[in-house]
Amino acid sequence: MNMSYVLLHAPALLIAIPLFAAFLTPIIDRFSKRVRNIFVLAVLIIEEILMIIFAWDVFTNGIHVYTMGAPNPTSTVPLQSAVPVRIVLEVDGMSAFMGLISTTVSLAAGFYSIAFVRKETGQGKFYTLLLLMLVGMLGMEFTGDMFNLFVFFEILSIASAALVAYRSYYGDAVEGAFKYLIISSIAGSIVLFAIAILYGQYGVLNIAALAKAMKSTTLDMIALVLLISAFAMKCGSVPMHFWIPDSYTVAPASITAMLVVASQASLYALFRICFSLYGNTSYVATSGAILILFGLLSMFIGVTMAIPQKDIKRLMSYHAISQTGYMLLGVGAGLYLLGNPDFSTHGMAAMEGGIFHIFNHALYKGLLFLTAGAIFYKTKTRNLNEIRGLAHSMKFTTIFFLIGAFSIAGLPPFNGFASKLLIYESVYHVNPILSIIAMLVSILTLASFMKVFHSAFMGPPMKDVERGDVPKSMLFGMMVLTAGIILFSIIPGWVVGHIVHPAAQSLANQSAYIRAVMGD
Amino acid sequence: MIYNIPYMASAILVIVGLYAVLFKRNLIKIAIGITVLESGVNLFLITLGYRENAVAPIYTNLPEGTSIPEGMTLPVPQALTLTSIVIGVAVLALILSFAVKIYQHYGTLDSREVRRLRE
Amino acid sequence: MNEPSKIVKTIASIIFPFITVYGLYIIVHGHLTPGGGFQGGAITASGIVLLLVAFGSAEIAKKIKESHLSILESIGALSFISLALLGLSATFFYNFLAGSNFIFGRIPPFGSNPGDMNTGGVLPLMNISVGLKVIAGLSAMVLALALFARLKRGRKGVRKK
Repeated sequence: MNMSYVLLHAPALLIAIPLFAAFLTPIIDRFSKRVRNIFVLAVLIIEEILMIIFAWDVFTNGIHVYTMGAPNPTSTVPLQSAVPVRIVLEVDGMSAFMGLISTTVSLAAGFYSIAFVRKETGQGKFYTLLLLMLVGMLGMEFTGDMFNLFVFFEILSIASAALVAYRSYYGDAVEGAFKYLIISSIAGSIVLFAIAILYGQYGVLNIAALAKAMKSTTLDMIALVLLISAFAMKCGSVPMHFWIPDSYTVAPASITAMLVVASQASLYALFRICFSLYGNTSYVATSGAILILFGLLSMFIGVTMAIPQKDIKRLMSYHAISQTGYMLLGVGAGLYLLGNPDFSTHGMAAMEGGIFHIFNHALYKGLLFLTAGAIFYKTKTRNLNEIRGLAHSMKFTTIFFLIGAFSIAGLPPFNGFASKLLIYESVYHVNPILSIIAMLVSILTLASFMKVFHSAFMGPPMKDVERGDVPKSMLFGMMVLTAGIILFSIIPGWVVGHIVHPAAQSLANQSAYIRAVMGD
Repeated sequence: MIYNIPYMASAILVIVGLYAVLFKRNLIKIAIGITVLESGVNLFLITLGYRENAVAPIYTNLPEGTSIPEGMTLPVPQALTLTSIVIGVAVLALILSFAVKIYQHYGTLDSREVRRLRE
Repeated sequence: MNEPSKIVKTIASIIFPFITVYGLYIIVHGHLTPGGGFQGGAITASGIVLLLVAFGSAEIAKKIKESHLSILESIGALSFISLALLGLSATFFYNFLAGSNFIFGRIPPFGSNPGDMNTGGVLPLMNISVGLKVIAGLSAMVLALALFARLKRGRKGVRKK
């Protein structure tokens, strides 16, 4: 059991370990609750360590391929056939990047939930579903097969919907979960329809094999439109964003942080389709323009609907929509310039900005939702008109909130500033108006978070709230994310060079993706 | 022409399902619409595997003396459809339990009344 | 609601073993005939639902407890993943029983024959695990929905925000 064996089998182990632990949790739960908590935390820590080692290996050594059920992990195309025959997991730089995000936020959410749901019933099922959400996210990010993408997409959406309705004694929690599940299952059916169209034409389901055999017929264009609309529906860009405020508000706070990462997994799937599956066709420029348009609408509508909100988590979920617009804008600009000679300077910088923004957004938005949950834990309300003066007693929470708020507004020296600056500079060359709108949205974001800070934390303290901060495990969960933010703020250059640049490069390099599975 | 009828039926099912989800107000009718939509997509998926005058794919090789190039229907769409049906069952069970809980809280199943989360 | 009549209860008790045997037959022969884990599990679960409808949910909830079904479901899923992990000497999900002299190890002859029960490798074992999980899961689902309906639009378990 040496390191090279573990690294060879790591794509399958990273998915199998939480899956095994998820079904072992109800059995452990019958015996003791403390052992169950320790078991779940141990599994999440092992996942994080394994993911960091594996991601380092992918960033330095290239694409890892894993065939499930073959005599040898790298034998994707057997001798007698011309196409890959089994389910192939293909991990390149972008997949490893998204996997790092998923395991980090799951670790923080796991620590936070130990104290947050201590008094609820049905906790064994809560941790099972949390681990299943992690399995769904990692499965979507590691797979190289279209139907496998659909299956993990559905696992993720069913587990998330059940967790959104966790506090079922409140009526609006179940209502939000109902809307979430209807939207997810319609998106799943649309994805399956598009996969059926592609399978009927070419007879293969593997993404690399489809990309090699792609002929750009009219049916392929229909499949591209269906796939873009289904994944945009699930990641919360503007024409289809109505489910996000309703479901992010009513979920428990740690689950909201994981829902943010779940939406980003759908965003990853959208980019994988546009770059690696259709990267060689003539639809690239148009789909890039459509992504830029979705990004602009999301940024603007998200932040303008956030300003008049009174509920703190609803305000933050509208900001989540707006920040997703930044990611769509950055990577859409890169996609728009994909065939141009301009790509290697401005296009690559735009893509790096968008991709870096994905990680930053998961960190600071997760931190902000966790602080909102801490406020709810103390004061039992989310209405901004009733909360005031919390800085007197909740000192750590105030500091974490300030770090998160400055990051999301894009103030230097925090990491939000680094990724937004990359986006402003590179998108300016596509069209100057895009850059101006992005900066305007950033100013409005700062304004609305200053309003939240002033009304929730300043002022005379509330009457019937006990002194002292929230329990230690919740603080520890928030500290995991804060450590990530501060690390990225101190060394943004190193992070962009060693983590973001391989991810952006592997996303744009379709021929290396095909060659890893199909040979030459 | 006769081999196009399953595709037309699948399109009709998808349109009926979408109409039910978008325009009906009762929560149970929305759940029925989701099921009909999924049935339409499953029918489309399994019709893709049909080949004329072919046998079922349960042997390891064709019977002796069969002279058609593709003597078996494709087995892969059958597996995909089965997986999709199982996912549909799970989603339907969850939607119905949410509908029962909503009825407990609000006393009605009309989606215009179930609206505490506003704006 | 009146209690179901004696005819319904008697006939349901007579039919239930036949349904169970038929469902288990479809699970175990999944690698030879159409069927397999989910299909056979759904048939057996419909036998349990027949008992639920015939005897009423109060009676059945005394005999079948939800915590036992949860343990059964976990055992099914754990055995599935353990079988997949046992093939890790080659890869995840490798069929390590096909071609060996252990249980289920023969390779069927090439041609148009129906095969026999001893083939398939790790597939019949995985079918049995999935069937167990589906039986437990579907029965728990229908039992929970039936118990919900008895709460009769009450305010039990509802809290003001």
